[in-house]
Amino acid sequence: MTDIFDIIGPVMIGPSSSHTAGAVRLGMIARRLLGEPPASAVIRLHGSFARTYKGHGTDKAIIAGLLGFAPDDLRIRNSLQIAQEEGLKYEFHPADLGDLHPNTALIELAGVSGKTLSLLGSSVGGGRVQIHSINGFPADCTAEYHTLIVYHRDTPGVIAAVTGILARRSVNIAQMKVHRSHRGGRSVIILETDEEITEDLCEEVRGVANVTGVTFLHAV
Amino acid sequence: MISYRSIQELVQAAVSANTDIGTVVLHQQAAEQGRSTDELYRQMQENLQVMRESVEAGLRNRRRSPSGLSGGDAHKLLEAVQQDRTIGGSLLGKALARAMAVAEVNASMGRIVAAPTAGSCGILPAALLTVMDERNIPEERAILGLFTAGGVGLVISKQATISGAQGGCQAECGSAAAMAAAAIVEMVGGTPQQAAHACAIALKNVLGLVCDPVAGLVEVPCIKRNAAGVANALVAADLALAGVESAIPADEVIEAMRSVGSLMSSALKETAEGGLAATATARRLARQLLNC
Repeated sequence: MTDIFDIIGPVMIGPSSSHTAGAVRLGMIARRLLGEPPASAVIRLHGSFARTYKGHGTDKAIIAGLLGFAPDDLRIRNSLQIAQEEGLKYEFHPADLGDLHPNTALIELAGVSGKTLSLLGSSVGGGRVQIHSINGFPADCTAEYHTLIVYHRDTPGVIAAVTGILARRSVNIAQMKVHRSHRGGRSVIILETDEEITEDLCEEVRGVANVTGVTFLHAV
Repeated sequence: MISYRSIQELVQAAVSANTDIGTVVLHQQAAEQGRSTDELYRQMQENLQVMRESVEAGLRNRRRSPSGLSGGDAHKLLEAVQQDRTIGGSLLGKALARAMAVAEVNASMGRIVAAPTAGSCGILPAALLTVMDERNIPEERAILGLFTAGGVGLVISKQATISGAQGGCQAECGSAAAMAAAAIVEMVGGTPQQAAHACAIALKNVLGLVCDPVAGLVEVPCIKRNAAGVANALVAADLALAGVESAIPADEVIEAMRSVGSLMSSALKETAEGGLAATATARRLARQLLNC
């Protein structure tokens, strides 16, 4: 990714692009993946996030993202109070999440209808983020592109079937990664695309033999 | 095609097209993003407008930040300039005031343009808006200057880092000053080679600068380092425009910055555990702030 507006930008609420703007984006991504307003959130902060989150407003930023605010929204200043008014319960805990980027958070959500989600991601500087896993499964992506994540059993033909569906719908793949636990085991395809991924497309991918789960994320 | 893997590549592309780095970057970005140059130009114009608003908000402000650690200093500097009390003269005084103004707005959770980061957000607006005003340079040159700065910043982010947590303050205020220095050179008609020397000189001046925010807040020493950063950019631009060359090419300086950043202890990289953050006064302030 070589977008000049990641360098001269983003337009954001201070004070820190990595500890505030990037943290808002991690919250926004978690809310979008949950697919509904969160009712409760447990947030574990690692490294520099754990040590300096109060000073940088990282807590206000992640909660603002969970409330659906963008990184340039002036309401970020008051997000903890707004969360209380809207009935979003939250806890922050410092944690050692392992050998990860110093600005990393594990966000665990329960939605208003009981859906749950966990997201492990890092804020890597300049407001950009790197997602590591979703619900405990590898999901290596940045959310700068529209992203389709397909979990499946490691069998021949799944990748061809999935990319075939994208090809027929004229969705261009910018980046693609494949991970598997072991031969014939659990596998995941992460596709970052230039065009939007529709619910309809996801439904078709869910119908592919040996696919066990599909998640999509609009670029944020 | 530009890969943003070196400053030398940007210089060569500008020289062979007989233009400046800013124009080369604008056209490359339009091609890469599949958008028109007009569209990108307007988006950059909007960013310049947010920069201008953050300068004005910060210069008006006399209140302290929520922590009480900062606020109102940009206004003091502006008064000193208006009363002709600054030793460095009007241009430098205004640049310092503007850099601190934007950094103060950032510290109080106001709206700014990260350039390249929020911690270093005062340097580029202060440099560009001050040179533009004082030298009557049309806005178009300043907008192209933001493309110059952005191209330099992309190279630094690919070959080193722009994150204080990874590279210390040299990676944030150092990168911002290097970007601003190159932009000033092109705004006033310097060559692409001079822009590269200005970038190298500015970054060399702050190699090893640690990120040591008191109580973890982007206030002390960050706001004053934005003032020092714009001064650094002006120094580097003036040297380069006078024909002074960096003995070490910009790309090697960027590599040195990356290497210094990785050698630096994590206590000195935005964790508020070393440097100024570890002083007795800083620890006392941190205890007071966390209890309130």
